[in-house]
Amino acid sequence: MDAVSQLQRQFVEYTTSLYREGYLDDQFTQLQKLQDESNPDFVVEVVTLFFEDSEKLLNNLTTALQQENIDYKQVDAHVHQFKGSSSSIGAQRVKNVCVVFRNYCDEKNLDGCVLCLQQAKNEYILIRNKLEALFNLEQQILQAGGSVPMMA
Amino acid sequence: MECYQEDVPHVLAVDDNLIDRKLVEKLLKSSSCRVTTAENGMRALEYLGLRETHQQSNFSGNGSKVNMIITDYCMPGMSGYELLQKIKESSILKEVPVIIMSSENIPTRINECLEMGAEMFMLKPLKLSDVKKLRHQLTNVEGDKR
Repeated sequence: MDAVSQLQRQFVEYTTSLYREGYLDDQFTQLQKLQDESNPDFVVEVVTLFFEDSEKLLNNLTTALQQENIDYKQVDAHVHQFKGSSSSIGAQRVKNVCVVFRNYCDEKNLDGCVLCLQQAKNEYILIRNKLEALFNLEQQILQAGGSVPMMA
Repeated sequence: MECYQEDVPHVLAVDDNLIDRKLVEKLLKSSSCRVTTAENGMRALEYLGLRETHQQSNFSGNGSKVNMIITDYCMPGMSGYELLQKIKESSILKEVPVIIMSSENIPTRINECLEMGAEMFMLKPLKLSDVKKLRHQLTNVEGDKR
């Protein structure tokens, strides 16, 4: 098997595992479908925005939960944003943590919120690493002169 | 489909979430729409030429050039519902179809929006198939509905 085919197979296997393990859901496929010749970097652009936005949100959440008098409405507002953007790009595990997180906000449960924040950070780092690895594989395929397989 | 520049529908998309704005913009552009985005209700109203306290009699906004407005429901400050209300109260803009988007499937919310005159309520995250429905709606606006 030549280099391009090997890389392509790696790409397909890696992508499939991300869906199987629940890191990504169908919404990520929707993003890929929107990418075309007029916008060849669409997925990377949106995901990069997501990374930047997420880091801000996670910092805001950390600060908000360190306050003397916690404003749970504000915390919930940040989580709502995070849930929205993770859902929009198909980052399923991050989104799922946000759902639980919002329930703890409703209950004004500090321990629950602190736990969820940690989980959100962990899941964010995981998906960031995995998507970066995926984009890296795409680059390698393109640089080797191949095309990136379409995942239906 | 052959489209002259003037025939391309112009959609105003309102959402406070940056990623969602980018997504809805791309979805609409992929369906041959011209898109203007706004990050909140106030900016949307400014763009449309409406202001909170009164409506201008010599209309100088972009409202007449917008074929559809799609807005998120949950936004800080003015909600999508409040924006919808202002649009439907405007003599100039009330005929413009307004679509409400929300990540939450709450029947009372949906009914409230439809009763206020929203054309449709869509669940986020939006997909290509959702936008195809919207596009269909745009071409039906003048003709028979449902």
